[in-house]
Amino acid sequence: MATFNVWKTIKYFILIVMAVLFLTPVYVILVTSLKPLDEVSLANMWALPSTIDFSSYSHAFSELAPNFMNSVYLVIPATLLSALLGAMNGYVLSKWKFKGSELIFTVILFGMFIPYQSILIPLIQFLRNIEMYNSIAGLVLTHVVYGLPITTLMFRNFYANIPDTMLEAAKIDGANFLGIFRHIIIPLSITGFVVVAIWQFTNIWNEFLFAVTITNSDSQPVMVALQNLSGSQIVQWNVQMAGALLAALPTLLVYILLGKYFVRGLLAGSVKG
Amino acid sequence: MAEQAVDRQEQEYPENHRQQQAAQKEKKPKKKISGDQWVALGFLAPSFILVLIFVYGFIGWTGWVSVSNWNTLVPDFSFAGLKNYIYLFNDYRFQADLRNTVFFTILFIGLVIVMGLGLSILIDQKLKGESLFRNIFLFPMALSFVVTGVVWQWLLNPSTGYNQFLALFGIQPKWYTDTNILAGFEWGSIEFGLPVAIIAVVIAAVWQMTGFSLAMYLAGLRGIPDELREAARMDGASEFQIYKKVILPMLMPITVSVIIIMAHISLKIFDLIYAMTGSGANFVTDVPGVYMFETTFRGNYYANGAAIAIIMLLMVAVFIVPYLLANRRSDG
Repeated sequence: MATFNVWKTIKYFILIVMAVLFLTPVYVILVTSLKPLDEVSLANMWALPSTIDFSSYSHAFSELAPNFMNSVYLVIPATLLSALLGAMNGYVLSKWKFKGSELIFTVILFGMFIPYQSILIPLIQFLRNIEMYNSIAGLVLTHVVYGLPITTLMFRNFYANIPDTMLEAAKIDGANFLGIFRHIIIPLSITGFVVVAIWQFTNIWNEFLFAVTITNSDSQPVMVALQNLSGSQIVQWNVQMAGALLAALPTLLVYILLGKYFVRGLLAGSVKG
Repeated sequence: MAEQAVDRQEQEYPENHRQQQAAQKEKKPKKKISGDQWVALGFLAPSFILVLIFVYGFIGWTGWVSVSNWNTLVPDFSFAGLKNYIYLFNDYRFQADLRNTVFFTILFIGLVIVMGLGLSILIDQKLKGESLFRNIFLFPMALSFVVTGVVWQWLLNPSTGYNQFLALFGIQPKWYTDTNILAGFEWGSIEFGLPVAIIAVVIAAVWQMTGFSLAMYLAGLRGIPDELREAARMDGASEFQIYKKVILPMLMPITVSVIIIMAHISLKIFDLIYAMTGSGANFVTDVPGVYMFETTFRGNYYANGAAIAIIMLLMVAVFIVPYLLANRRSDG
């Protein structure tokens, strides 16, 4: 019995030490961003602020607010569109399989793994030609297209769990392809849409390579602005920390409130059904 | 009759031809494609066409740029052969990038697996507060690599951050500013070996991605029925043996998935390094993703950038293509 408790203590000890290590970045962000400017120094990084001062946040907010809104305008339509197209593809690829549909699925899925550097030069030329370069609309299009593989995969796996007998019964009742989609599949997909939307929201909000190459100045999303903020020599690092927290806030909130679905998305995107 | 119908369809919707032909074949003999199947193809076609153009078409286009002379602001598609590739493989910076990618990938994947597996086993012990621990280890997954880079740049800054604690033990690592190459030897124009600076970037990346393997392993552990452990215990196996002989082998498919997914993240990594360290002195923290971005979009060496991108794609494909094909086969 005594040895059992020793083991348990060791297990807790390891978990607690690791948890503390994992949380140190959060601690540093919080204490640094809440310090008044005269307490911000490299030597006192770990010290608690003597008073709570929000001036770093107001400074960071004034720098990032326009880009933050750009990200909002980007992430909402891109998430909705890619989820909708993913649901349509997933429905066909799970419930209306035909010869070659597995091949088509694999062909689409490959797009999920490519380094986006390998399509970036043509993409930018293309967006210039259709006059969508340096615009939020261009970024929306980009994220919708390159989001298709993952949303298709997630919905295909999700729909694979809906029993075929349900569709057969509906067909006997005279329902057609669209009728089944609207009256059976969509109502059963609410969880699927939440999982996919959270996943896409997080990925698109956090994305940097497309953002930094397709847009400049006025239409840049928040992550590019944060990177500029941290690269700038004149910006104090308490402001950088406050900016990092502001930029991370939407996805952190989603994680805190809907973490269960976030983890389901993570698993759905990686384990093939 | 059927052939004629196919021909007509092909003229009207040439891009659908392959799918239709495939669908047609299955429904042979006699049966025509039903109205529903047409609608089904109509559902799939826009996405499929977009992927064909934006993924495969654009990769081909990049491949073409990579063998062109377009190394200025003005596009020049004249054929250059393998000139750009040869240039890269003789280039000090690119050789350093390949070295850094090798060591970054090995350390990153190794640590993500060890940490994820270890923590998931601890969390799976039915201890109190397991969901709190899980959430703490998982939350960095919700962050951007840019945020991670900005924060860890300060935590691993040699003159502050963790070094203030390490000073108590008299250790002052130079982290990402260290230009030493461990166990280095001359190879090509670079010193091949473990760049010490890359360890700092690995720490930040592991902090962010451990949650991924943790969640995967935890799902795997939860899927192993308790009876199996019970049976092993009845046979007199120790807890350690149960993990070694029963549980770890059952988690093997998850390990393979984690390796594949982490490998493709690691081989194309750009944002974390760009935000945290940049290419570093002597390119000790440079990677192909950063080089591609800078040479293409800051230096206007489009053909060189395209060649880097194609090499990155090939490196990723080595991992991904067998994985996708194996998955397809097991799907049946």
